[in-house]
Amino acid sequence: MAEIRFAGYGGQGIIRSGIIVGRAASIYDDKFSTMSQSFGPEARGGACSSQLVVSESKVLYPYLTAAGILVAMSQAGYDKFEPELSEKGLLLYDEDLVKPKASRGNITPFAIPATRFAEQLGKKIVANVVILGFFTAITKVVTYESMKKAIPDSVPEKAIDLNLKAFERGYNFGLEVLKKQKEPQ
Amino acid sequence: MKANPTDVLTGIYYIDGDVAAGYGALAAGCKLVAGYPITPSTEAFEAMCRKGPQVGTVFIQMEDEFGSISAVLGAVWSGVKSMTITSGPGYSLMMESIGFGAMLETPFVLLNIQRGGPSTGVPTKTGQADMMQSRWGSHGDYELIAISPDSPQEMFDYTIKAFNLAEKYRCPVMIMSDECVGHMTEKVVIPEADKIEIEPRRFYKGPPEEYLPFSPDPDLVPKIAKAGDGLGLYITGRVHDERGYPVKNEEFKAKYVRRLVDKIRLNKDKIIELKEESTDDADVVVVSYGISSRVAVKGVEIARQKGIKVGALRLVTVWPFPDEKIIDLAKKVKAFVVPEINYGQIVFDVARCCHGQANVVLIPHGGAGVHNPLDISDAIESAAKEDKKIEGVVEFKTRLEKIVFERGLKLKE
Repeated sequence: MAEIRFAGYGGQGIIRSGIIVGRAASIYDDKFSTMSQSFGPEARGGACSSQLVVSESKVLYPYLTAAGILVAMSQAGYDKFEPELSEKGLLLYDEDLVKPKASRGNITPFAIPATRFAEQLGKKIVANVVILGFFTAITKVVTYESMKKAIPDSVPEKAIDLNLKAFERGYNFGLEVLKKQKEPQ
Repeated sequence: MKANPTDVLTGIYYIDGDVAAGYGALAAGCKLVAGYPITPSTEAFEAMCRKGPQVGTVFIQMEDEFGSISAVLGAVWSGVKSMTITSGPGYSLMMESIGFGAMLETPFVLLNIQRGGPSTGVPTKTGQADMMQSRWGSHGDYELIAISPDSPQEMFDYTIKAFNLAEKYRCPVMIMSDECVGHMTEKVVIPEADKIEIEPRRFYKGPPEEYLPFSPDPDLVPKIAKAGDGLGLYITGRVHDERGYPVKNEEFKAKYVRRLVDKIRLNKDKIIELKEESTDDADVVVVSYGISSRVAVKGVEIARQKGIKVGALRLVTVWPFPDEKIIDLAKKVKAFVVPEINYGQIVFDVARCCHGQANVVLIPHGGAGVHNPLDISDAIESAAKEDKKIEGVVEFKTRLEKIVFERGLKLKE
């Protein structure tokens, strides 16, 4: 079972990120997934988050009990949800937007300049999909193939190509990071 | 009768419970949704606005909740299937017309995405504290049906069932969901139209001059007509005879209101849907509904790992209440454990049917969240260990309640 928190601010596609991964997991990977999102003023411009539980069997408890993965796209989101990340958790963050504290426990941090990559691709708005590519490579919660199917289902038709490029960019960067980690220091 | 293919948005979706209920209503053939959007049910309205026009369903945003439910009743009498959607204070405002609908034997569906109350409460978070209101909210004697789904898939499936029950028994049907299920996004499979059973309206087809709008069939439910079809229709909220004309004598009151109540009570076996698991040799049975029944399964699993014999009874249909089932189980089990997101509602009906034969434990929750499964397993464990018979309802102290009490929030002694 994977318990994931996506955090950022309204407009970054944080809730959409939860939907894309959830859809990939439950429709294309044949697992079970439940996504819940934050509501209220924070979802309309301020801090915003979505939580996703992915499991091999039916998700009984719909919320996170101990976040195994935190995907942080803003400092406020990181500050708010870092404490709930489990000691063996994975932290994925946009390195231009989040300055993490000193690492605690066995939390493994993974940094990516997601928004910068998105700007290079032509649109800042796809930064969330860049980080989803990175997420897919690093965490393996969902398969690459399923994500490639779930993204076109979840974005406007004219934006599909750009989003798939953004996904590839993040995914390849993730593979490089993993490769570097394995190389002897 | 099968669903109309143009009404069914066949496919595999990843949507929240609100939207799934909206798609369920469309599949059931609902042609008018009237409402006054309110959190956390708004996504159901949005689904109707987006998809309604594709299947010929009209959505009207009314001036308020009185207008909304009245438009629904009017639409039904014009011959279409209709629904309203609401939450919290909006539900309270609809109470009078729920009774009016019951009195006129108007088949309609009300989707209530319960939120934290009372009053404005916690609009964006969950609650299950409207359960008694759904049964007793309008004045006078009447019966209705209430269903409590636990997932977006069930929101789709049971919205269709709600419409079917409404048509079959000509009564209001409440879908008593909650914010957690309404705002939970999961996979929802919408089958082909020929896999969906739809209950047709019981239209009168005999000679017009013989039509009596409130003359019941053998199952106590009368045939309906639609306004403008040339049949003599007089409908009123006053107690009426078979023609629909007001009468005020004791005999008619007994006859008419008795039937209004009995058409549900005497058809209970056909209406009630329960999901029962491992109750045969159980020491403790968890009785729950909606999101709490889903979280309860987790608690039951934890308790079983500790070797406790525990079963689960899920009330898919909450009203009418399954008295006989509880009476029967009470003879066999040591205790019932009832988790609900309120300070005690359905638990009192469980206790009523127990006749003191089994202990009854409430796991309360004030709302704005769901139960901690560990509280449920702990409550099961302590109920299994309790050898004394305890009168009345025992309240289990949850982790949350303990924190609240430790902070000194208690009544002055």
